[in-house]
Amino acid sequence: MLALPLAWLVIVYFGSLFVLLLSAFWDTDPFTAEIVHTFTLENFQKIIETQVYRDVAWRTIQMAVFVTIADIVLAFPIAYYMARVASRRRRNLLVVAVLLPLWANYLVKAYAWRTILSEGGVINCALEPFGLSFDGYSTVGLWLVFTYLWLPFMILPVYAGLERIPASLLEASADLGGRSFTTFRRVILPLAFPAVVAGSIFTFSLTLGDYIAPGLITSEQFIGTVIYNIRGQALPTAAAYSMVPIVVVIAYLLVARKLKAFESL
Amino acid sequence: MVESRLTRWLLRAGTGLTLVFIYGPLLVIGLYAFNRNVTQKWPIEEYSTRWFSVAFNDDGVREALTLSILAALGATAIALVLGTLASLAVARYQFFGREVITFAVVLPIALPGIVTGLALQATIVDVLGPIGVSFGLATIIVGHATFCVVVVYNNVIARIRRTSGALDEASADLGADYWQTTRYVMFPQMRTALLAGGLLAFALSFDEVVVTIFTSGAQQTLPIWIFATLARPAQLPIVNVVALFLVVASIIPVYIAQRLAGGGGPDEERAPTIPTAAP
Repeated sequence: MLALPLAWLVIVYFGSLFVLLLSAFWDTDPFTAEIVHTFTLENFQKIIETQVYRDVAWRTIQMAVFVTIADIVLAFPIAYYMARVASRRRRNLLVVAVLLPLWANYLVKAYAWRTILSEGGVINCALEPFGLSFDGYSTVGLWLVFTYLWLPFMILPVYAGLERIPASLLEASADLGGRSFTTFRRVILPLAFPAVVAGSIFTFSLTLGDYIAPGLITSEQFIGTVIYNIRGQALPTAAAYSMVPIVVVIAYLLVARKLKAFESL
Repeated sequence: MVESRLTRWLLRAGTGLTLVFIYGPLLVIGLYAFNRNVTQKWPIEEYSTRWFSVAFNDDGVREALTLSILAALGATAIALVLGTLASLAVARYQFFGREVITFAVVLPIALPGIVTGLALQATIVDVLGPIGVSFGLATIIVGHATFCVVVVYNNVIARIRRTSGALDEASADLGADYWQTTRYVMFPQMRTALLAGGLLAFALSFDEVVVTIFTSGAQQTLPIWIFATLARPAQLPIVNVVALFLVVASIIPVYIAQRLAGGGGPDEERAPTIPTAAP
């Protein structure tokens, strides 16, 4: 009985990942685009040697880093307010207020931004009186959309992390002469750091593999959009390329584990 | 407390701005659903509810809605059974390390949805195809259930950890066997957690698009219908209505689940529920 759910997870999830890994070593018939089941390293070679694949991977990782930074900056004030300033009642209300949009359909949110960023959309309408315009369908626009999409994933762990810091530690710091800023920098930040790393697991890895938001917002290519676009004609190449986010995410998780982030998840 | 008056004021302002940032886009899409014009220009010139009846009578929307509900029911049923079994197993028996569990649970969360999707597609084509399984409702359900299991598991295990093991032992001391204890002692305590987990699993499946695109073949769930219809500007007013519907349809079960998940008394901390599968 106990083995049943484990078997499910192993067979369906890890089994599928294994099939994907296998298909990265398969050949493609150049004429029919049919998959030929002969072992080859060509797909990996192509991904490492082709400039475009390298550029796209690098661009995507940069995007993930910038989105993570923006989310940390945005999440801290609200998380801090929830954990240390708001009354209990208001805090519970805010948790729900942050949580509900996180569950709202992700495609709908991306589509909402596509509308907002469009030429006749909300943002350009607001900028018009100042004689300004903003090309929303750009890398900067996409950065904004990603930051929006994953923000609740950062707020909630950071809030939980800040909440766990005992008030007595802050009082002790104040008693020892630590000013507000010193206490923040020397006591609160180090203690909240694992929670920030926990949140960054979401913001970083969700950005890394996303193909829907980039497809809706910009014509610029990212890892996700490349995999999505080539999977039809070249599944083995797509499979090999999907090893890039897998490797990056696993490396990120290992670092996160070192930084004690898992206890904050 | 170390926060000065100015700091508190700034924090309050920052919180307000962040909330505006979070809710603004949802509000905008809600308003566009009432836009009378076909063009998506801001500000909206004329409001009307005409697109609601158009959307309601659209065959594509109706078929997609039916498929979405069927898929969500199937995935939720599987997730409830397997998630509950897994949580009971982990809570009652020490059979492998905590580290391994966290890593095994976190990995499916952290790996990009496109990897999961592509992996499932490759499996359906290469492994299931030869034995006669093709893309459709069954493959959608299997894909959804994979991450819905984790949601149920998280909810139930959190509840089991909060309930006292002494009740189990008391039940056993009074002569109840394993099944009687599960049925009469564990289950009543877990009931609301199960309901909450089930609601969340339903919401997660109902909304899923990243993985579903890879597992649904030619079939369309409601989110996939939106994804496919975005390319047709004349249909966008209907998309807006469906989008508003999806937001409301996912927020209600999550709100109820959040209230249920807390359990035992209003003072108890409610753990925020993060969907533990990439959206």
